[in-house]
Amino acid sequence: MYKYFLRLLASVLLLLGFSMSANAEFKVGFVYVGPTGDHGWTYQHDEGRKAVEAAGIKTTYVESVPEGADAERVIRQLAQSGHDLIFTTSFGYMDPTNKVAKDFPNVKFEHATGYKREHSNVSTYSARFYEGRTLLGHMAGKMTKTNVIGYIASFPIPEVIRGINAMTLAAQKVNPNIKTKIVWVFTWYDPGKESEAAQALIDQGADIIMQHTDSTAPVQVAEKAGVWSFGQASDMQRFAPKSILTSIIDDWAPYYVERSIAARDGTWKQQNTWHGLKEGMVAMAPYNSAMGSGLVKEVEKLQKDLASGKAHSFTGPIYDQKGNLLVAEGKVADDGMLAGMSVYVKGVEGDIPK
Amino acid sequence: MNIDINFLGILIGAIMASSVPLILAASGELITERSGVLNLGVEGMMIIGAISGFALMVITDNLFLAIIGSMLSGLLLSLIFGFLTQSLLTNHVATGLALTIFGIGLSAMIGKDFVGIPGKEFPLLFVNLKEVIPLFGPIFFGHSIVFYFAFLLPFGTNYFLKKTKIGLIVRAVGDSPISAANQGINVLLVRYCCILYGGAMCGLGGAYLSLIYTPQWIENMTAGRGWIALALVVFATWSPLKVLVGAIIFGGITILQLHMQAMGIRIPVQFLSALPYIMTIVVLVIISRDSRKIKLNTPTSLGQIFYKEK
Repeated sequence: MYKYFLRLLASVLLLLGFSMSANAEFKVGFVYVGPTGDHGWTYQHDEGRKAVEAAGIKTTYVESVPEGADAERVIRQLAQSGHDLIFTTSFGYMDPTNKVAKDFPNVKFEHATGYKREHSNVSTYSARFYEGRTLLGHMAGKMTKTNVIGYIASFPIPEVIRGINAMTLAAQKVNPNIKTKIVWVFTWYDPGKESEAAQALIDQGADIIMQHTDSTAPVQVAEKAGVWSFGQASDMQRFAPKSILTSIIDDWAPYYVERSIAARDGTWKQQNTWHGLKEGMVAMAPYNSAMGSGLVKEVEKLQKDLASGKAHSFTGPIYDQKGNLLVAEGKVADDGMLAGMSVYVKGVEGDIPK
Repeated sequence: MNIDINFLGILIGAIMASSVPLILAASGELITERSGVLNLGVEGMMIIGAISGFALMVITDNLFLAIIGSMLSGLLLSLIFGFLTQSLLTNHVATGLALTIFGIGLSAMIGKDFVGIPGKEFPLLFVNLKEVIPLFGPIFFGHSIVFYFAFLLPFGTNYFLKKTKIGLIVRAVGDSPISAANQGINVLLVRYCCILYGGAMCGLGGAYLSLIYTPQWIENMTAGRGWIALALVVFATWSPLKVLVGAIIFGGITILQLHMQAMGIRIPVQFLSALPYIMTIVVLVIISRDSRKIKLNTPTSLGQIFYKEK
């Protein structure tokens, strides 16, 4: 009996010790929508996490978490297990993040690409990817021979629609004859389906392939078919060395490090961050010299102007598909309008799925 | 909308290519199920086949070894399943589910070092015929050897089950393992073989994705195709040729709906996305209406644990 009691005591002490140490150490948790090996969206977030780790802060992550009910469970689990700051890195985690935040007022939450900050411990952050899309549109408009730009879209949310519009506007500016053809695949990540979509667009005459999905499959299809393409989220150049003109790179690392340190030191405050080319949260991979040094120079200048604010992706006059004026001449779209964008601009084919 | 004859050929060729992994995995699973074993680990065996094939391709630079290796790894994984369900008599459903989860996790772990390596060009056969013959050229030529194998497989499977003695034994074991055992058939051996064969075919289906269809390794790249293959077997009422029809319809409508979107045809996209699932089920239900035939094809002892008293 005495022996059992001793064992029990030992295990209780051990457990206590574990939970104490768990409480004492500052920990940051990450929730990913895809696998860290997707070489796109999640891969870049994980690079950011590694930077936090390199700054001497302990991190954990959960990958391939479906958006919806599962997400809430995972986020709650992270909050319960002593994480002090939790990054939830997909749009669909918006409601679950806010729900869990309500129950854990002492834990800080950071939700990527969303707009709901229902509690004081929830911040949101996103990158102005549309600035990158503007550069892509410029190149696409110049490089296309068939005047058809193929666009693989994931889900009809403002983020994706904004990208389509920014690209189309920029392409129209340099080539009024272009058409944007869109295929919605309703997934962030399915290499097979993404490559089928790319093939369908190429068969329909597109000689430029652009994607708002996360795998490298579309650029590989483009490489095989001998058409131009653009990488998404990370530099995908090595998957399609001839075809890729550039990639839009998401660089979350500086933000993650800054926010993690702020949370550790107690200076963390709720905020809504929307950084772009200027701050470096959106960066461009090296430009493919196949498009000619003249065009490279043009794009580099446009990139500089977008970063300095001299140029804006959504400069009026902008009309929607029906011809209604969205942004007046000489004006630029404000952030509120950008954040809630839910109509196509003129020149985009088809309807937005409802 | 410009549908010329050549484009139609390319389209049909693309549809057939996209259905290859489904045909392979479903044909393998069909044999497993006909022997009375329900293995829900198809997705897991496919993904293991995909990573093993890709890893071997990178390491040995030999595509033949890669293909063989992918089949062996699918087979090995199914051996675990076979040992658990046949020798240790565990529940088929639970073990199969565990196999899928295990396969996905293991493949991700093995695959960590293989992410971001571009694949190798897989040799295609009869490429010059593809250009010469209108319509049929792009449909039947310029594909990989696995493609041709996949399209012959359902016919071979059909012949095997209906016309050969071993096929009869497999069916007997699936229908009534006790009677089969009383006839002196080694039920355990037959089931093990069927499980291993199913595993090898699933592995090959996965390798088709990582070596030929989208030559690269990315985590979770089978993206649910294993589950579709499983459903195909059931909706095709365990008939190999109907599996073939189902796989082509599923692949076909998946690709057609993408084309319809690209053409700008105004049908709600959500409906188009659901269409492959709906149509496959509808067509398979229609062509398998004959309840007598369903009864004939359904392995009566499917998923039941068989234990022979010594």
